[in-house]
Amino acid sequence: MTQSGTIQPVLRVQDLSVAFHTRGGVVHALDRIGFAVAPGQTMALVGESGSGKSVTAYAIMGLLEAAGKITGGHAFLGETDLVATPPAELARIRGRRIAMIFQNPRAALNPIRAVGRQIADVLLRHGGATRFNAHDRAIEALRAVGIPDPARRAKAYPFELSGGMCQRVMIAIAVAARPQLLIADEPTTGLDVTTQAVVMDLIRAMAEETGMATILITHDLALAAERAERIAVMHAGHMVEEADTATLLAHPRHPYTAGLIAATPTAAGSLDALRSVPGGLPDLRGKDIPACRYAGRCERRLDACAQPLSLRDHAPNHAVACWNPLESAA
Amino acid sequence: MTRLLELENVSKRFPVGKARLPWSGPPSRVHAVDDVSLTVEQGETVGLVGESGCGKSTLVRLITRLLDVTEGKIWFDRRELSEIPARVFARDDARAHIQMVFQDAGESINPRFTAADAIADPLRRLLGLRGDALHARVREAALQCGLPLELLGRFPHQLSGGQRARVGIARAIGTHPRLLVLDEPTAALDVSVQVTVLKLLDQLKQDLGLSYIFVSHDLNVVRLLCDRVVVMYLGRIVESGPAQAVFENPLHPYTRSLVAAVPRLDGLRSDIPRLNGDPRSPIDPDPNACRFHGRCPVGVDRCGVEMPPLRAFDGERHAACHFAG
Repeated sequence: MTQSGTIQPVLRVQDLSVAFHTRGGVVHALDRIGFAVAPGQTMALVGESGSGKSVTAYAIMGLLEAAGKITGGHAFLGETDLVATPPAELARIRGRRIAMIFQNPRAALNPIRAVGRQIADVLLRHGGATRFNAHDRAIEALRAVGIPDPARRAKAYPFELSGGMCQRVMIAIAVAARPQLLIADEPTTGLDVTTQAVVMDLIRAMAEETGMATILITHDLALAAERAERIAVMHAGHMVEEADTATLLAHPRHPYTAGLIAATPTAAGSLDALRSVPGGLPDLRGKDIPACRYAGRCERRLDACAQPLSLRDHAPNHAVACWNPLESAA
Repeated sequence: MTRLLELENVSKRFPVGKARLPWSGPPSRVHAVDDVSLTVEQGETVGLVGESGCGKSTLVRLITRLLDVTEGKIWFDRRELSEIPARVFARDDARAHIQMVFQDAGESINPRFTAADAIADPLRRLLGLRGDALHARVREAALQCGLPLELLGRFPHQLSGGQRARVGIARAIGTHPRLLVLDEPTAALDVSVQVTVLKLLDQLKQDLGLSYIFVSHDLNVVRLLCDRVVVMYLGRIVESGPAQAVFENPLHPYTRSLVAAVPRLDGLRSDIPRLNGDPRSPIDPDPNACRFHGRCPVGVDRCGVEMPPLRAFDGERHAACHFAG
C-alpha cells in the first residue's frame, strides 16, 4: 500500500469486517476493509450514504453501537491492535491518540457548558494540563484554531457561535492532546463553502504542524480531490478502489468510481453531461449477498463477477476490486 | 419573453430586542433583505446564492408571500402582490401559482401523510378538488415526477431519499404553478440521485413551461441548472448576471472568493485569498458602508463611507463594487 520506504503508517486496517444484528437479520455492513494512513497524510473515504464510511470510523474508534460487532480483522494504531484492545484501554486511546470530529458540530458540543471549559476538560483528561493552567491553555487552543478574541469566546456557549466557529472549537478539542490520527466524519457538511475552505485549511495546518494523519470521510468527491493524498472508494461495505488522488480521478479502474466521477456536478460542462449511477445498494442481510456488491448496478458485469473477489493491486499503489476493470489509459 | 415576477427595491426588517420605552428611540432592526430588485422571466431559472444568513430564505419567503415586505413592491404576472397581506394571500388565487419545494422532503412532509396525501393536500386546500378529480390530479403529478404509482400509499419513512424528493416536487407542481421556488432541493441527496432529480427538474421546466427560483449553496449545481444567478451578501445583491459568465469571470470580490472556495475535481486550488471571519452584524448596519467592507480583500477607506450602488456592466451583468470591471 502506502509504506514508502521505512515510514510506518499511523493506522493500518486489515480485513476489517463488521456486522449488525438487527431484527431483520444480520447486516454485513463492512466486509474485509483494508487501508493504511501515513503520518501527515490525508486519506479520504468516499462513497454514497450506506457505503460504510462512518461504520469504518466507528469500528476503528471502538464506538459501534451495541448491535454492531467487529467480526474479523485488525486495526493497528502503531503496534496496538485496536480491535483486540479492551474497552477501558480504548477509552484512554480515544481523545489522546485518536480524535474524531463530526458533522453538525453544534450537536456534538455540550450545549450547556461554555466552550472554553469543554476544551479544558479534554486538556485535563488527555492533555496533561493541571487545574491551574487548564483555562489558559484552553484559551491558547482557541487562538490556535483562529478564533478571534479567544478569552471572550471561551465563555461563549455553542448556541452563541456560528457553525464554522463551532467546528473550530471541535477541532481545538480534537487536537488538544496532539493525537496521531484525526478522523473527520463529514466535517464541513452543512457549512458554507467559504467556511469549509477555512476549516479544511485549519485541519491541514494542524496535520502539517504535528504530523497527524487524517481520515477524511466525505460524500463530496471534489472535496476529497482537493484535500486528500489518497482516496478509497467504498460501496455497500466493500472497498472497491484505492489509489493516490490524481490517479484515481484521472484513470478510475472500477466502474463505480467512474460512475461517481460522472455524477459529480463539478466536472460537468452541462446538465446533459452528468450521468447518474443507476440502481441502489443490495440488501446486506443474510447469507446470499453477491460477491461483488456492485454487480447489480454494473454495466460491465460478466459471469466471473459471481466469483469472490478482493482488492488487488492492478498497478503499484492502485488497488481495484473488479473482475472487469476499466482500461487504464496510461 | 414575458416578465413573470418583478421585485422593486424590496426590503424586510425585523425588530429585535426588548420593547422600548416611548422616549428611547426606535428599536434595533435586523436588515434581513435590503433594497433588492430582481426579475424572473417566463421560463427562466434564476439561481440565488450566498452564505447562510445572507437573506436568501427571507427573500424566498417574501416572494412566496409568507412574509410581508417592509418596503418595496412585488409584482407577479402584472399584479401587485406586495399590497396583499400574507394572511389574506393564503386564500388568494395566485397562491396556487407560486409553489415551493423544500430542502429535505423527509422533514418537510407530514410523517403521518402517505405520498398520495402529501401530494393531494395543496390540491384540496388551494383548488378545492375532491374525489375522482383529485385522484386524477395526484396520479398525473406523480407520473410527471417519475414516481411509481404503487409508492403513493407509502409513508415518507418508507421511501428512499430520491423518492421523497420526487414527492416534494410532485406536491409542488400539482396545482399547475407558474413559478416554483426550490430551496436546496438536492442538498440531502447522494450525487447519483441528485443527478436524476436535477434532470427531472430540467425536464419539468421544459414540459410545463415553469420558471424557477433556485436557492442553493452548491455553486456547481447552480451553474448547471440556472440561466441567471443572483449573489447576495448580508441582505443585498452584490452581483447578478448570466450564470456561466458570473462563475467564469466574477466581478465582485465576494463572488470571486465564493467561486474560489468551491473544491474542484482536478484538485487545483486558486490563489485567491480565503474569506476569513464572519459577516458583520445585520442589526442596524451602517447605511453608508459597503456590507462587505472589513472582510473584503480589496476594501479601501472609501468603501467604509460610500455604499457602492449596483452598476450595470456588459452582457447584462450587474455588480455592487467601486472597483468592479
